Amino acid sequence: MEEIYAKFVSQKISKTRWRPLPPGSLQTAETFATGSWDNEENYVSLWSIGDFGNLDSDGGFEGDHQLLCSIKHHGDVMDLQFLDQERIVAASSTGCVTIFLHHPNNQTLSVSQQWTAAHYHTGPGSPSCSNAPCTGVVCNNPEIVTVGEDGRINLFRADHKEAVRTIDNADSSTLHAVTFLRTPEILTVNSIGQLKIWDFRQQGNEPTQILSLTGDRVPLHCVDRHPNQQHVVATGGQDGMLSIWDVRQGTMPVSLLKAHEAEMWEVHFHPSNPDHLFTCSEDGSLWHWDASTDGPEKSSLFHQASLPSSPTIVISRAQGSPGRQIAREPGKRNSFRQYIVEHSKGDRAKWKRTGSNTLMTMQKSEESRMMKKN
Amino acid sequence: MEEFDSEPTVTWIPGVNSQKKQMCFDWGPGEMLVCETSFNRKEKSEMVAGCPFIHIIRKDIDVYSKILRKLFNESHGIFVGLQRIEEELTGKSRKAQLVRVSKNYRSVIRACMEEMHQFAVADKDSARGRQFSSQVSILSAMELIWNLCEILFIEVAPAGPLLLYLLDWVRLHVCEVDNLSADVLGSENPSKHESFWNLVTTLVLQGRLDEARQMLSKEADTNPTSAGMCRVLGDLMRTMPVLSPGNTQTLTELELRWQHWHEECERHLQDGTFASNPHLESLCKVLLGDDAALLEQKELLSNWYHFLVTRLLYSQPTVKPMDLHLYAQSSLDLFLGGESSPEPLDNILMAAFEFDIHQVIKECSLALSNWWFVAHLTDLLDHCKLLQSHNLYFGSNMREFLLLEYASGLFAHHSLWQLGVDYCDHCPELGRVSLELHIERIPLTTEQKALKVLRVCEQRQMTEQVRSICKILAMKAVRNNRLGSALSWSIRAKDAAFATLVSDRFLRDYCERGCFSDLDLIDNLGPAMMLSDRLTFLGKYREFHRLYGEKRFVDAASLLLSLMTSQIAPRSFWMTLLTDALPLLEQKQVIFSAEQTYELLRCLEDLTSGRPLCGEPDVQQLQDDDIETTKVEILRLALARNLARSIIKEGSLEGS
Repeated sequence: MEEIYAKFVSQKISKTRWRPLPPGSLQTAETFATGSWDNEENYVSLWSIGDFGNLDSDGGFEGDHQLLCSIKHHGDVMDLQFLDQERIVAASSTGCVTIFLHHPNNQTLSVSQQWTAAHYHTGPGSPSCSNAPCTGVVCNNPEIVTVGEDGRINLFRADHKEAVRTIDNADSSTLHAVTFLRTPEILTVNSIGQLKIWDFRQQGNEPTQILSLTGDRVPLHCVDRHPNQQHVVATGGQDGMLSIWDVRQGTMPVSLLKAHEAEMWEVHFHPSNPDHLFTCSEDGSLWHWDASTDGPEKSSLFHQASLPSSPTIVISRAQGSPGRQIAREPGKRNSFRQYIVEHSKGDRAKWKRTGSNTLMTMQKSEESRMMKKN
Repeated sequence: MEEFDSEPTVTWIPGVNSQKKQMCFDWGPGEMLVCETSFNRKEKSEMVAGCPFIHIIRKDIDVYSKILRKLFNESHGIFVGLQRIEEELTGKSRKAQLVRVSKNYRSVIRACMEEMHQFAVADKDSARGRQFSSQVSILSAMELIWNLCEILFIEVAPAGPLLLYLLDWVRLHVCEVDNLSADVLGSENPSKHESFWNLVTTLVLQGRLDEARQMLSKEADTNPTSAGMCRVLGDLMRTMPVLSPGNTQTLTELELRWQHWHEECERHLQDGTFASNPHLESLCKVLLGDDAALLEQKELLSNWYHFLVTRLLYSQPTVKPMDLHLYAQSSLDLFLGGESSPEPLDNILMAAFEFDIHQVIKECSLALSNWWFVAHLTDLLDHCKLLQSHNLYFGSNMREFLLLEYASGLFAHHSLWQLGVDYCDHCPELGRVSLELHIERIPLTTEQKALKVLRVCEQRQMTEQVRSICKILAMKAVRNNRLGSALSWSIRAKDAAFATLVSDRFLRDYCERGCFSDLDLIDNLGPAMMLSDRLTFLGKYREFHRLYGEKRFVDAASLLLSLMTSQIAPRSFWMTLLTDALPLLEQKQVIFSAEQTYELLRCLEDLTSGRPLCGEPDVQQLQDDDIETTKVEILRLALARNLARSIIKEGSLEGS
C-alpha cells in the first residue's frame, strides 16, 4: 500500500510546483517549490524529497520533506511557475511579479527580476493607483504572461525591464487564470464564466474569440491546455464542474462533468500521458481522471460519448478519520496507481504529477501538510 | 454575581504613562487597541511629547507561536473527528474511542513539546531559548494534567488497575531515570558508579522491580559480601503480588497475598537481615511503604504526586478511586512539610484527585495562558457525559463558552480563522451567532480569500453575511473603477439597490463617452438582468444598440418604444432614447407605424409638459434650454413626417 507522509509546516501553502527536469532525463522529480498565502509573512520555498542516502528497504525514499531554502515574499503567493530549472516566477496579491533565482551551490534563493505594480487599479477611491492582485501567471521561457483582478493582461520577457505588451481593460471582471494556446495565442478564464482567446499579434484590446456557457455565468477558476492537442483545454469552475473545450468548434464545451462539491482551484493534464487529468478543489479532495480505462476502445478525454461520467476514483469521507485518506479502486489495471487523497479540512490541495510515480500534494489552508506517495 | 477568583493580572504597555496621559481603548476580536489621547491644545510642546503609537494588546499570544500553530492545526483534526463519534456507540466501544481520542491529543502535545525542546536546546542562552523552555514546561504540565484526567475521568479505572495506570502516569512524566540508567549501565563498572544506588532506589520508587533486581544482581556479582542480602531482597521484589491485566484473580485474593508478602518484608526488617547494608535496608523500608523512609528519598521522588503513587504502591495497592483524594491530600502535606505552599499545578492535580472536574477546568483556565487546553479537555469530558449538570451564569454552557473563547482567539489570528469556523460549527447554541460576527470581520485582501469566506457562509446559509461580503467587494470594485466586477458582485449578492447604482454609473459613462464599456459582461447578463429595473434597462438598451448595429431596425424600434411605454427607462433618460429614435425616423423606409408614432409623440409631450419651470434660470441653463428646445423641435418635425409617411403607407397597404 502506498504511504502518505504528512508534515505540518506552520504556514498556509497556496501553490506547489515540481521543478522541471532537464529534457531527456529519466529521473523522477525530487524538488518542488511552494508559495504560501494568508500568513503575516509569506514565503516562496524549495523542498526536496530527494535521496539523502537513506533509502528504505523497498528502495523508496525516506518520507520526510527537507526544506532546501526559502525567501520572503511580499503578499500572498497567488500563482507560481517554473520559468526554467533555476528560475521561479511568483505572482503576488500586491500586483507584483517576481522571478526568483535558485543557487544550487549554496542553496539560496534571490530575486533576479521584479515588476512591481504589474497589476493596479485606477479609480476615484485610490489616491493615484492602488495595487491589484495578480491572479495567474504562465511561462513559456522567456515569455511570461500574467493576469490580474484589474482585468489586465501583461506580457513580460525575462530579460526585459518593461512589459513587452499590456492589454488594459482586457476584461470587465476578474481574470482568474491564463494558459498558452498556440504561440502567440493565450487563453484566459474570468469570473463570469467566459474563456477568451487573445492573439498578441493583433493590436487593440479585443479578444479574437469568446467562449462561454450560456446563461449561468459560473466563474471559472483554472484552465490547462492539452499537452499534445493545442486546441483542447480543460477548465474548472466555482461549482466544481470540469469542462473540456475544443476551441476550434463552436462556443460551447464538448463535455461537462460534475465533479467537486466546491470551487475547483486547479486542473492539470498529465504532461506526458494526457489521458490522465487531475483536479483539486476547495472541498478538500483531489481527483484523478482517467479517460483511457473506460470503454473498450481507447478514447480521448474530450469525446463525450466515451467519457466516464464519474472519475475513476471516488472520494469518500470516512467517519472519524479525517485527512490522509487513501483509497484504491479495485480491479483497474493501468500504468498509474489510482488513489485519492482526502484532506481533513475543506481546503485546497495542490499537486502536480511528474513523469514517474511520485505524487505530492499539499493541503493549503489550515495548515499545510505535505504528502507524498511512492 | 461574578466574583474574582484571583487578582486580575496587570499588563504593562511599554511606552505608555497611564498616570500622565489619558488613554482610550477599543475592543477588537481577541485583541484590544490602546492609545494615548492628549487634547491639550494650549501648549504645543505637550502634544509633541505624547506618544504617537497605537498599542495592540493581544489576549492570546500563544496563537502566534509557530510551533504551537502545529498543535492547533493538528488538534483541530482530532476535534472534528471527535464530534463525529456516533452517539449510538455505547459502553465499551465508546469508551475505547474516547480514550483513543484522548491519547491522540496527548501525542500531539508531546510531539509539539519535543519540537519545542529541540529549539530550546539549540537556542539555549538567548531570551528566545528561555521562552521556548518555559513553553516546554507549560506543555509538559498540560500533558501531565491531561493524562491524569484521562485515567480518572475517561478511563474511569476501578480499584486495582487504577494504581497500574497511575504508575504508568508517573513513569511517563518522571523520566530522568532512563537517562540515568543508560549512564550507569554504560560505565565500566556499574555498581561502582556514583549514582548506582540512586538509580536502584528510583527504579524501586517507580515500581520497576525487574530492572531493580537486575541492578542488584550486578551489585551481588561485584560485592560478594552483600550477595546474600541482595538475593533475599531480589526475591522479595520478585514475589511482590501485582495485578496483571490477563489474570482472573479477584481483588480479595490479591489483597490477601499482598498482606502475606508485606508481613514477610516486615519480618526481614525486624530480623535485621539488611542491617549491615544501609542501602538495602532503606530499599526494604521503601518496599514496606514506610512514610519516613520514602520522604528520605524526596530528592529522587522530585514531586508529591510521585510520592503519592509510590506510597500507594507499597501500602495500598488496591486503593479505591473514591479514597484517592485522602491519600493525595496527606501526601501533599507530608511532602511539602509546611515549607512551601502548593502551586497552581498542585491545586489542579489535587482537584482532579478529588474528582472535581469543574475545579480542574477552572484552575487550568486561571493558570494557563491560552484556551487551547481547557477548550479541548472540556469538550472531551463533555463527550464523556461528565459535564451535563453544570450551568454557567454567562454563555450557554461551559463547553461552548470555552470553545468559543478559543475560537475567537483563532479568528483574531491572521491565518487561523479557518480553524475557528469548525469550532463555532460544533457549538449548537451560540456558535452560529459568534461565527456570523467573526466572519464579517475577516479582512478580505484578495478575491480568492473572499471566495473562501463566501463558501464558508454559503455552506451555512448565512445569507446576510454573504450579502454583506459581496457588498464590500462590490463597493471596493466601484472605488477601483471596476464597474464590471462591481456589477458581478452585486448580482451575486442579489443586491438590487447596488445593481441600480452600478447600472446608473454605466449609463452615465455611456452618456459621457457615447459608447459602452464592459460589453462582455452586459451582453451576457442573461436572467441576472431581472435583478433591478435599471439593470434590465441597461441590458435592453444595449440590446437596442446591438439590433441597430445589425440593421434590424423594426425590432430595434419596437424595443426602444417599449422601453419608454413600459416605464422601465428612467424619465431622465427619455430624451436620450427619443434622440436615438431620430435616425430610425429618418430612414428611407417607414419603421415606426402610425400607432407607434402616436406613442412616441405622447412620450415626448409627457416629457416636455412635465418639466417644472425654474424661478430664475442662469445663463448656462438658458443655453441648455435652448439646445433642448431645438432638439424637441427637430423631434416633433421628424415625428410629424414619419406619421405622414406611415399613414400613407398603411393606407395604401390596406387599400391594395
